[in-house]
Amino acid sequence: MIAIVDYGAGNLNSVKKAFDYLGAEVAVTGQPELAAAADKIVLPGVGHFSSLRTLNSTGLRQALLQSASAGKPFLGICLGMQWLFEGSEECTEIAGAAIFPGKCRQFPSSVKSPHVGWNSLEIQEGSLLLREVAQDSFVYYTHSFHAPIVSAMTGASEYGLRFAGAVEQDNIFGVQFHPEKSGDVGLSILKNFCEV
Amino acid sequence: MLTKRIIACLDMDAGRVVKGVQFKNLRDAGNPAECAAAHARNGADEIVLLDITATSGNRGTMLHAVRSTAHSLFVPFTVGGGIRQLDDAAAVFDAGADKIAINSAAVRDPELISRIAGRFGSQAVVVAIDAKRIDRSFEVFIAGGRVPTGRDATQWAQEAAASGAGEIMLTSMDRDGTQCGFDCELVRAVAEAISIPVIASGGAGSARDFVEVFRDGRADAALAASIFHFGIENIAQLKRELHDASIPVRWPC
Repeated sequence: MIAIVDYGAGNLNSVKKAFDYLGAEVAVTGQPELAAAADKIVLPGVGHFSSLRTLNSTGLRQALLQSASAGKPFLGICLGMQWLFEGSEECTEIAGAAIFPGKCRQFPSSVKSPHVGWNSLEIQEGSLLLREVAQDSFVYYTHSFHAPIVSAMTGASEYGLRFAGAVEQDNIFGVQFHPEKSGDVGLSILKNFCEV
Repeated sequence: MLTKRIIACLDMDAGRVVKGVQFKNLRDAGNPAECAAAHARNGADEIVLLDITATSGNRGTMLHAVRSTAHSLFVPFTVGGGIRQLDDAAAVFDAGADKIAINSAAVRDPELISRIAGRFGSQAVVVAIDAKRIDRSFEVFIAGGRVPTGRDATQWAQEAAASGAGEIMLTSMDRDGTQCGFDCELVRAVAEAISIPVIASGGAGSARDFVEVFRDGRADAALAASIFHFGIENIAQLKRELHDASIPVRWPC
């Protein structure tokens, strides 16, 4: 069973619907015990980095970190990927999981913010999550802050600068874009996660 | 590279997609779920569903259409029409929309923008602006274009952005339904004044119109309804032409 973590930020319907479409067994939950009991975890999220505060106040943070360190496949989407880093300039008092180094930052003022729309993804070889996804496939983004380039980066996009669109390290996966809104490309990425 | 978005808009009346010229002589253009899926297959980057009747009596019909359209649609999906308060927006999100579009209600109560953005995120809030040329400026109209507000379109777009709107959907009332090209002057004035994306609407008739609104109007996305129905302009063909004109588009997709 895949747990989609509900921490009160935004709308989780699209993520659940995409997994349902793929025939995966999913449950949306905000309870740490249920999240801990799942085989795989998806941490979605839209909006402000401060909404991640709820993870700390509900005990979800500990449950998620334990599952991740126990080797369970973990997918962070958008804000959920940003949480995997040390933190974000958007809200400096909330600590991320620090599984990946560095902080999320704003886009340079040379480009409009937020970054909204379909951008091409430059894919590094060897990614499990992006397995068989064509080089320079288009994926749908909507965000104002971006994750830094790290050695675990498996996909990059350009918008005023080059930034991490996807990261992967052992059982931990993160995507800044929305696979649930990225058409057939996105569905194939979620299918890869189901099969990890 | 970030691409320019082509958005297919479905106008809905009593649960059916309709198309007419300036809301007259409405013709049935099909079931919203089937139309949306067909447009997505054909290369539409997003789908917008606008309930043009939007009376409180047909909320159930509208939500049912949203639910069935969202069910197997995996591109961004925006719903507008009749959203007057936070609860209306919540019901539409619950039925499967990714974004809501608000127009008159936002003009009457700009704090509605921040209330919805505060709960669902700015990326989920599209403020739709209907603007009409009055002398040398562009005035905002509400209530389906019937009521002038005395407000300047650019100033209202700036205020909406400051209140937490994620995108502006800007319709030229002068061009709407005419198929004689987008109003690039209007689009550019607004696009250069705000830092959030602008979706140009009203007047799409040919691939050349899209090239112009992206190049001269500085639009981030362009929306059309009538030309995408009844096969007048095929989205896949349109994208090939944009690609040939060096406009970055999601093609092939």
